[in-house]
Amino acid sequence: MTSSTKEHTMTGTTVRFEHIGKSFDGTPVLHDIDLVVAGGTTCVIGPSGSGKSTLLRCTNLLEKPDSGRVLIGSEVITDPKADVDRIRTRVGMVFQKFHLFPHYSVLDNVTLALRQVRGLGRDEAVEIARARLTSVGLAAFQDRRPAQLSGGQQQRVAIARALAMDPEVMLFDEATSALDPELVKGVLSVMRDLAGGGMTMIVVTHEMRFAREVASQVAFLDKGRLLETAPPDEFFDAPRSERLRAFLNEVL
Amino acid sequence: MSKFWDTFFNWPMILQTLPSLLKEGLLNTVLLAALSSVIGVVIGLIIAAGLMSERRWVRFPCRVYVDILRGLPHILSIYLIGQGLPLAGLTVFGNWTYGYAALAIGLVEASYMAEIFRSGFQGVDAGIVEAARSLGLSHFKTFRLVVFPVGLRRILPALTGQFILVIKGTALVYLLGLSTGEREMFAIAQDSAVNNASISPLVAAGVLYLALTIPLTYLVNAWDRRMRDGRRVPPVPVPTEGALA
Repeated sequence: MTSSTKEHTMTGTTVRFEHIGKSFDGTPVLHDIDLVVAGGTTCVIGPSGSGKSTLLRCTNLLEKPDSGRVLIGSEVITDPKADVDRIRTRVGMVFQKFHLFPHYSVLDNVTLALRQVRGLGRDEAVEIARARLTSVGLAAFQDRRPAQLSGGQQQRVAIARALAMDPEVMLFDEATSALDPELVKGVLSVMRDLAGGGMTMIVVTHEMRFAREVASQVAFLDKGRLLETAPPDEFFDAPRSERLRAFLNEVL
Repeated sequence: MSKFWDTFFNWPMILQTLPSLLKEGLLNTVLLAALSSVIGVVIGLIIAAGLMSERRWVRFPCRVYVDILRGLPHILSIYLIGQGLPLAGLTVFGNWTYGYAALAIGLVEASYMAEIFRSGFQGVDAGIVEAARSLGLSHFKTFRLVVFPVGLRRILPALTGQFILVIKGTALVYLLGLSTGEREMFAIAQDSAVNNASISPLVAAGVLYLALTIPLTYLVNAWDRRMRDGRRVPPVPVPTEGALA
């Protein structure tokens, strides 16, 4: 397998974190993280400040690990010679605060990268964007500005925007944390559909029910260390570490 | 009271000055302001990029430029540049006083605009920059397609204020000694005021300045509002999400 061929398979693309270490201004935030995401959905949970978002951001190089390697399929993306912009087209990301482009319509938000990165013509880009917006239930809103949508709708546009690039891996960074409770459901259901479709997903979340029902594996991060990784049933019903037991007691 | 009216609103005097104010002065004022603004925007953008550079040796000279030109009285800078350059043999515009005048105002304006641009671009939400980069957009395309247009919208009011200052600033170039045909509105009004020992021509010029600056403010505000709200959403279909499924 070469890095240039798309590595879509039935089980999805594998992401490997090998001995990831990262500090901000001398404060260590990730210690020697080893994690394999072999397709499916991996939910990463843990207290705030535990390094979950930083680990996620290492997956598309918004953060560069100080040590260790990250592999997507067989490509070592942390290689200093790696083409960062190209790698990012393989990984879609959804942010806590949506981060839609405020000066573009919903449709243009989704077509932007198709046209400017993939180099597609207007018609082709619009066709893909419409299909993606339809899949998140927002095709009728294509001419609106982001500010004219609810938070939940904005987040679904953000998901459509990321999906339009046909990524192999999707990252969700607390995608429902900034939403009013009644809007969370719609976003989670889009994520659920996506997981059901075989997309490789890494999901940083506080939604324990989502993790239990959708994840193929759940990882627990605390103070920058990966303390536990297990299938959801085992993770929630028979936590091994004292720290995870305490955390689950807090949040469940 | 009639003395007051006669001083400021001497109609024969105003009507006598008006033709040359409109034919020569208005055109030159607008032309000078436009030229200076182009120079100010272009150099301002370059300096702003320098101010945002991660390299100290790029940032430092840009900072010095801004500090000096914002710190000096405009009249002094305009003398130094507009008179100084040709005197020093740097006759980039030959004898064309107009060119030196535009350059002088443009260089001063660039220092203000650089700071306005910098604040606008640096104020753009880092999140949307990350979103653009995460989609694979290059550094440059992210700037061109996201940071620049979003930042520009934020600074539009400040930039309008600056363009108004440019229009008013053109009045200072009469100091450089413009030849007939090159005179802007203030120079014409000033000449007429001196020749006729009357203040009224200056009042006429003042009205014309306001006719330029006030509509500009409203025009930009209207444009600003339109860009903020986006395309008008057709009022009829407010689709409920249930209906979409």
